[in-house]
Amino acid sequence: MELTSLTLYEAQKLVRAKQVSSRELVDGLVESIEKIDPEIHGYLSYDRDQAIADAEKADPNLPLGGVPIAIKDLINVLGHPCGCASKILQGYVAPYDATVTARLRAAGAVPFGRANMDEFAMGSSTENSAFGPSKNPWDVTRTPGGSSGGAAAVVAADEAFAALGSDTGGSIRQPAALCGCVGLKPTYGRVSRFGLVAFASSLDQIGPLTKDVRDAALLMNAIAGADPCDSTSLAEPVPDFLAKLGLGVSGLKLGLPKEYFIDGLDPRVENAVRGAVDHLSNLGASIVEISLPHTEYALSTYYIIAPAEASANLARFDGVRYGFRAQGVSGLLDHYGRTREEGFGPEVKRRIILGTYVLSSGYYDAYYLRAQKVRTLIRQDFVNAFNQVDAIICPTSPTPAFKLGERTNDPLSMYLADIFTLAANMAGICGISIPCGFAQEDGKKLPVGLQILGRALDESTILQVASAYEQSTDWHKAKPGL
Amino acid sequence: MSGTKFDVQYVAELVRIKLTPEEIQIFQSQLGLVLEHVAKLNQIDVSNVEPTAHSFPMYNVFRADEEKPSLPRNAALANAPQQAQGLFVVTKVVE
Repeated sequence: MELTSLTLYEAQKLVRAKQVSSRELVDGLVESIEKIDPEIHGYLSYDRDQAIADAEKADPNLPLGGVPIAIKDLINVLGHPCGCASKILQGYVAPYDATVTARLRAAGAVPFGRANMDEFAMGSSTENSAFGPSKNPWDVTRTPGGSSGGAAAVVAADEAFAALGSDTGGSIRQPAALCGCVGLKPTYGRVSRFGLVAFASSLDQIGPLTKDVRDAALLMNAIAGADPCDSTSLAEPVPDFLAKLGLGVSGLKLGLPKEYFIDGLDPRVENAVRGAVDHLSNLGASIVEISLPHTEYALSTYYIIAPAEASANLARFDGVRYGFRAQGVSGLLDHYGRTREEGFGPEVKRRIILGTYVLSSGYYDAYYLRAQKVRTLIRQDFVNAFNQVDAIICPTSPTPAFKLGERTNDPLSMYLADIFTLAANMAGICGISIPCGFAQEDGKKLPVGLQILGRALDESTILQVASAYEQSTDWHKAKPGL
Repeated sequence: MSGTKFDVQYVAELVRIKLTPEEIQIFQSQLGLVLEHVAKLNQIDVSNVEPTAHSFPMYNVFRADEEKPSLPRNAALANAPQQAQGLFVVTKVVE
């Protein structure tokens, strides 16, 4: 068995037992990356020597002791590049550790490599990366999803033991579904965003992408909890996220939202998800049909709120204090205009322009304020649903992985890839995607994801449901066979 | 709430992004379609609904008022496109 095919938990156990060294794990990854990554392009960069130096210092007895963790390119790791897959931050070196990075280190992990992504996390395919897309390990002519597509691809391809990504509208869960791994978006405020480059501040959360549910719980144990450096982090007690794994689903009520089984849902995805629902029912859960009546408005609401917040957050990229600056400018306005013209890619420009428009005088009430009111209704839908059920089960993505290039000229069709994930961000609740089957296409197996949504601060229950499903199925053990 | 008054070039000037004529044309049409789509929100009666800015209402989060070291000057300047004498060099703004 290849070392790199181990889960985070399994690899840590070997390090703890001194059967394998942390250094060997790093070298195993480097070997795997050299072999596979020219085709997958899941990493933008990695620094073997730095990782070895960190590995030598890692305490093997800590919960993540000695295991390298891949990091999406928008989370600061002191001394590593942090470029958000954007030309405007090319060459930027992180001057400090994000809180999640510091917590990974405190748990013994070794931050390793910069995972590719859509520029500034805007996209659902990694095709908006300024450095070229990542490929889906199950079919390299298809996208791994996005925006944390590089992170999902390297986990699925055994080029990483686990990764940290970020999720603003589905950017952890959707690529996890398309690549056949586990992706968890924690409750808004559960994990500190200090040191995460901001996209949409009322929606962004950092979370794990892993090979199984236990690894997601392990990483949550390391990164969750209040942080004085992030005033939006919640001062709520943090449970042991491993505690409910293995408890089964007997007695739990799971809601099936009828609005998620619509036209446009790929029948193969529907079959796999309905199969998973039957399976959970056989395991003892009771399945209740529920309604989230404002689901059809979630996409429109999101594409007002997220770009509005992005337009404000990305104002800081002005070519003065860091990053790219256009050369030979004729004055200050030319400096700003050309720096941002040459530094940002098309999707980032589109969203900044859209966000500025919906916030501009005369349009604010019609777009932004109205969207915030609809957001209240979407949030209320979930409050009502969680009065009836313990968790909600639905598809993560309406389709399996789509072809590279298929949607790049049509932003709206790309936005539809997140139609089932973005409501959770607007409601601030938690969600996880786990593998629940495959769709066959062109002789290839394409993973399908099951999404489990939970109450705010109730990651433990969605992990419990996810683990019950996972432990009685084999989908998560399948490998793309690269 | 229709996209008819939406002018890409004007908004791009507001946010200091230069665009090529081709980009103006493409973005105008692509974002016009997005605005048509989001007009769907007009179907909902929101007259008695409070807006949500943040999914967890939080107010007055204070930290301890203690002196702490900040990022050292050389670290803050390390990523500057241009620096001199411990300062950021900026494009001239006054004649």
